[in-house]
Amino acid sequence: MRKVAIYGKGGIGKSTTTQNTVAALGEMGKRVMVIGCDPKADSTRLLLGGLVQGTVLDTLREEGEDVELGDVMRTGFADCRCVESGGPEPGVGCAGRGIITSINLLEQLGAYEEDKQLDYAFYDVLGDVVCGGFAMPIREGKAEEIYIVVSGEMMAMYAANNICKGIRKFADAGGVRLGGLICNSRNVDNEREMIEQLAAKLGTQMVHFVPRDNIVQRAEINRKTVIDYEPDCGQADEYRTLASNIENNDMFVIPKPIEIEDLENLLVEYGMV
Amino acid sequence: MSTSSSLPFEEFRGEIAKAYPSKVGKKRMKSMIQATPREPREIQANVRTVPGIISQRGCTYAGCKGVVLGPTRDIVNITHGPIGCGFYSWLTRRNQTRPETPESENYMTYCFSTDMQDEHIVFGGETRLKEAIQEAYDLFHPKAIAVFSTCPVGLIGDDVHAVAREMKAKFGDCNVFGFSCEGYKGVSQSAGHHIANNQIFKHVVGTEDEAPEGEFRVNLLGEYNIGGDAFEIEELFEACGITLVSTFSGNSTVSHFARAHHADLNLVMCHRSINYLAEMMETKYGIPWMKVNFIGAAATAKALRKVGEYFGDEALKAKIEKVVAGKLTETQEYAAEVRKRTQGKTAMLFVGGSRAHHYQELFKELGMKTIAAGYEFGHRDDYEGRTVIPDITIDADTRNIEELKVERDPELYRERKTEAELEALKAKGLEIADYEGMIPDMDPEAFVIDDVSHYELEKLMEHYKPDLICAGIKEKYAVQKWGVPLKQLHNYDYGGPYAAFGGARNFYEEIDRMVGSKLWDMVTPPWLRPLEPRPVEIV
Repeated sequence: MRKVAIYGKGGIGKSTTTQNTVAALGEMGKRVMVIGCDPKADSTRLLLGGLVQGTVLDTLREEGEDVELGDVMRTGFADCRCVESGGPEPGVGCAGRGIITSINLLEQLGAYEEDKQLDYAFYDVLGDVVCGGFAMPIREGKAEEIYIVVSGEMMAMYAANNICKGIRKFADAGGVRLGGLICNSRNVDNEREMIEQLAAKLGTQMVHFVPRDNIVQRAEINRKTVIDYEPDCGQADEYRTLASNIENNDMFVIPKPIEIEDLENLLVEYGMV
Repeated sequence: MSTSSSLPFEEFRGEIAKAYPSKVGKKRMKSMIQATPREPREIQANVRTVPGIISQRGCTYAGCKGVVLGPTRDIVNITHGPIGCGFYSWLTRRNQTRPETPESENYMTYCFSTDMQDEHIVFGGETRLKEAIQEAYDLFHPKAIAVFSTCPVGLIGDDVHAVAREMKAKFGDCNVFGFSCEGYKGVSQSAGHHIANNQIFKHVVGTEDEAPEGEFRVNLLGEYNIGGDAFEIEELFEACGITLVSTFSGNSTVSHFARAHHADLNLVMCHRSINYLAEMMETKYGIPWMKVNFIGAAATAKALRKVGEYFGDEALKAKIEKVVAGKLTETQEYAAEVRKRTQGKTAMLFVGGSRAHHYQELFKELGMKTIAAGYEFGHRDDYEGRTVIPDITIDADTRNIEELKVERDPELYRERKTEAELEALKAKGLEIADYEGMIPDMDPEAFVIDDVSHYELEKLMEHYKPDLICAGIKEKYAVQKWGVPLKQLHNYDYGGPYAAFGGARNFYEEIDRMVGSKLWDMVTPPWLRPLEPRPVEIV
């Protein structure tokens, strides 16, 4: 089983990209589990056709210790398994601690066991790596490969670089590696070249350039992935390409985060036409 | 045993520091001085303990909940946090209390905690806290409920103050207030004392109008009634005709605190834990404060006479003299008897923020010499006197503790003494708004050390070979393995009271027994015993 975590700046399209990729992998016949690591619990909405009801933490709170895997896991599009960690309302408690609790529980319930015959586990993690809890999926070998969703916007690239710092920190202890950058295009000038260059500087690759298309928005309104909503469109093929690039990826590195000055120079070089 | 201080102070200090990495050694050296200060003049105190050093210190929560608020009997003290913090701070200091009637409220024997679980950390613990406050209210209908924050509460950001306000408004007849006294807030429990002072001052003092009757009204600050100390002092006050409005906080009630602003003098025992309250009450209500010490027979007599001098009433003075005359002579005669056996013995004290100073009085009365002493959580002023306060560096750790902005109360402020009157009293030797600290009272050769580490304690024992050490439970058994008796001055082991005349007598008796015992000569420290081959267990 390959354990994959998707990180990236908040609002960059991690959940959308993850679910479309998972849908494409499902189509290819892979058995995939998605674990949403965001208190908003919206990482599986497109696969399940709506927001999940019992998150792991809600279930744990209501049922006490008597929790079974079936209570927290749902089956969605293309037979993929969906779990939402869940968490507190904004401004209270500790969402990071919640993710730790939730992932530990999934392990105890045997979600990753051989008998589940999973090909992939995908962790979709909220925003930046803000504290120890959000780093949980890349600690202790829980996720082994990381993909960072990025665009040609300054703050997205800045976040990607920061995440690389986190990966490097855990790379020795947990064996986690960076699989590459996924460019979710915002139609920024020279975006493809700029992200390819950023990837090179970080010592990694751009796994795929996903162009911007409004079909994604329409599919989301219908609570579906593009692959499910309009399987024959070009955008669906883009996600299929992304999925097969991940499937065939063999470049896993410990990233080399760059100085903020280098990052700004990159923007000047490519961003100002 | 005798003092073998052949090594000069500087060299000995250097030898202690040698075991540390050089940066740590340099830092620790600043916390060790001789009582007659040559160079450096100042002692380093109230700074962070170096990680890895076995320190005596406790945490901010312990200082707030355990020390200052723990001894009050009719406040339901709820620890908001995992169960351990509440359980291990439950009456461990042996604070005693005496409810007015057997039916009167006393919650000190209870341990209240929100018993936070993982889910309260993740989802926030405010609802849990509200439920706990409601449950306590429904069960006991107390006059007051206090909430103490433990470390995780600060990390997840539960707003205990908002919860307290909400519940107070909901009940209408119960004062609910919170303390942001998370354990990590300061370098020691000292930060917790300050936080406790602030909240008691803000939420309780001055909230009841009813003035207690009496001509000479005082509060006793920083007396926590360990082993019944406060009872001894209360008895003396009563005999002298001094009205005790409130003790902070031994044998106290929340109403005592609420009426404390009616007193005309604040007597400060433990300067470190309570000087903030004394200063704030002076600013807001005009009550002068004076440092006193009721530990030691002579010190007790001196303290009572100072009170007489402050009020300047001849009848009061005469009454005090009458009480002192009988008790002092009687106690001193007993000390003289014990002194035959204790004269020339040596003691070391590493405790508190005042106790290491106060208890030296009792040893003096027994003819015993204090060869080394230090505080766990004292500040420079507790060592060197309040004159150094303007020179104390305010570091980030100190700034982390709220400093209340206090102003004169337009209605309740009443000038008790004019500036000139206070000056005249100071000239007579009264420590008005002043404390001279521990060092001036010590033998010039004595070793003063702040926040002594376990290793340093062993070096001091090796060097000075004391006959007795006064410290706490964390030191007790290691010291006893050396063949040296240890008297706990946090909780008095199983003894006390040791305050005032009756207490002094108890202490003489206890020390006589401890330093006179032949038992300690029979102890061979385990590390000095010859190594024996260990029996191999075959499974």
